[in-house]
Amino acid sequence: MTAILEKATSVDHVVRLSGVGKSFGTVAALDGVDLDVKPGEFVCLLGASGCGKSTLLSLVAGLDKPTTGVVDVHSGRPAVVFQEPALMPWLTAARNVELPLKLRGIGRAEREERAAKLLDLVRLGDAARKRPHELSGGMRQRVALARALATTLDDSDTGAPLLLMDEPFAALDAITRDVLQGELRRIWAQTGTSVLFVTHDVREAVRLGQRVVLLSSRPGRVVREWEVSDGGEDLAHEITGELRGVISSHARG
Amino acid sequence: MPEVDHRALEAGLDALDTPAAEQRGPRGLRRFAAVVLPPAVAVVLIIVVWQALWASALWPEWKLPSPLAVAGEFVRLAGEGRITETLWTSTHRAVLGFLVAVAIGTPLGLVVARVRVVRAAIGPLLSGLQSLPSVAWVPAAVLWLGLNDSMIYAVVLLGAVPSIANGLVAGIDQVPPLLLRVGSVLGAGRLQSARHVLLPAALPGYLAGLKQGWAFSWRSLMAAEIIARSPDLGIGLGQLLEQGRLLTDMSTVITAILLILAVGVGVDLLFFRPLERRVLRSRGLTGAPA
Repeated sequence: MTAILEKATSVDHVVRLSGVGKSFGTVAALDGVDLDVKPGEFVCLLGASGCGKSTLLSLVAGLDKPTTGVVDVHSGRPAVVFQEPALMPWLTAARNVELPLKLRGIGRAEREERAAKLLDLVRLGDAARKRPHELSGGMRQRVALARALATTLDDSDTGAPLLLMDEPFAALDAITRDVLQGELRRIWAQTGTSVLFVTHDVREAVRLGQRVVLLSSRPGRVVREWEVSDGGEDLAHEITGELRGVISSHARG
Repeated sequence: MPEVDHRALEAGLDALDTPAAEQRGPRGLRRFAAVVLPPAVAVVLIIVVWQALWASALWPEWKLPSPLAVAGEFVRLAGEGRITETLWTSTHRAVLGFLVAVAIGTPLGLVVARVRVVRAAIGPLLSGLQSLPSVAWVPAAVLWLGLNDSMIYAVVLLGAVPSIANGLVAGIDQVPPLLLRVGSVLGAGRLQSARHVLLPAALPGYLAGLKQGWAFSWRSLMAAEIIARSPDLGIGLGQLLEQGRLLTDMSTVITAILLILAVGVGVDLLFFRPLERRVLRSRGLTGAPA
């Protein structure tokens, strides 16, 4: 852990986007986006449909290349959690968490030990031998989180750990979502990983993030950002107002 | 929210939201009544109807022998050791042919599924071949290869390879793209992704293809054996059938048909069915009956 912290403090950002644009054919999804994520920081990207949130996440994850601008990521392999857990249905929870370690060629004993720790971290130590269909939606998403963390929390990796999340709780019921948000805050605090969290839910953004970045839609640009210091209803109110403005600007006729 | 409350809340949610454990099928006598009894009753009914038809003497004896006459023929053939001989000749051909078909059909299916040009070129042909009755290959195979074992294996392969390859293609096509995306996010290269994500995800479709491939191997083999007669070839079930026809011995014909059916159903029930059920159940696809 200390090694990670030293590396983390040696750079002032884990992610830096400079003038990033992305077009699909003639459609511009992102335009001139500048964004930094500092080591250990929790940033929420907020926006309505069509703001290119998911596109931005793909660029940071290295799944896609920007049309213009530079994406600079100081992390070994960023971990990604999607809206769907997308666990391998033929593997147990533990084996799912082990998969990224296996792909990296880590031996069985070490894999099993690390997977067990990560499952304990998401409080699913008892479900290690269960298969995805035997778990609830919230439990599956926690396994997906543990699996994602396995890719990025690695002492031998160069760079700081980075967790990218694309509306990970959007498909869950309200109370499960509430619990998982708490869990994520705890895990973030415990692991010191940076988080870039995409959501369209203002309350979620304000509750989770240290910083909330609002993107406009079609193309996605950074409209404004807020530091969440004391948070609370006022800030959520203010951001909601701004988000409504962004959406209203798209009304025609 | 205090930490302890939070933990309890989460544990409670986990307990409440976890899908209920699968209903186990019935056990013991009940299982016997549910699984074994219905087909057994059906078989008994068929024999009763058969016996009644025979007793009504609508057809001459050489067209419809009694069930007892067929049983007698079976016992006679078994006593001469011919049942084991024909069964061995045919099943070892079918199993060997099927294994070679798997060895050819699997890489073929992989290439067709993953290489666009290859799919465009031979994909339609491969599906088309499935609807071609393999008996159609017999004359060609005889002319090309002569009356020997390689001719029989050629017919079996032409029958089974397309099914196996198509099964794998269908299995791969049904893999959710998100799983492959997750694979690459987790750090899988092309080969690793095939080994750890694509192939296991395609397993149910591949198994269905294998099952069909076995059925086609068996059918093709019978077609080839009926038509190809040669002292070099030995007597398989198809030849037993053909001998019965030549001697106008309906009891032998029916015995051979029942044996062909028994092997086909037996392999499916004892091998493919349990394998398929295991794979599907482990993935929570409980459509598979107990």
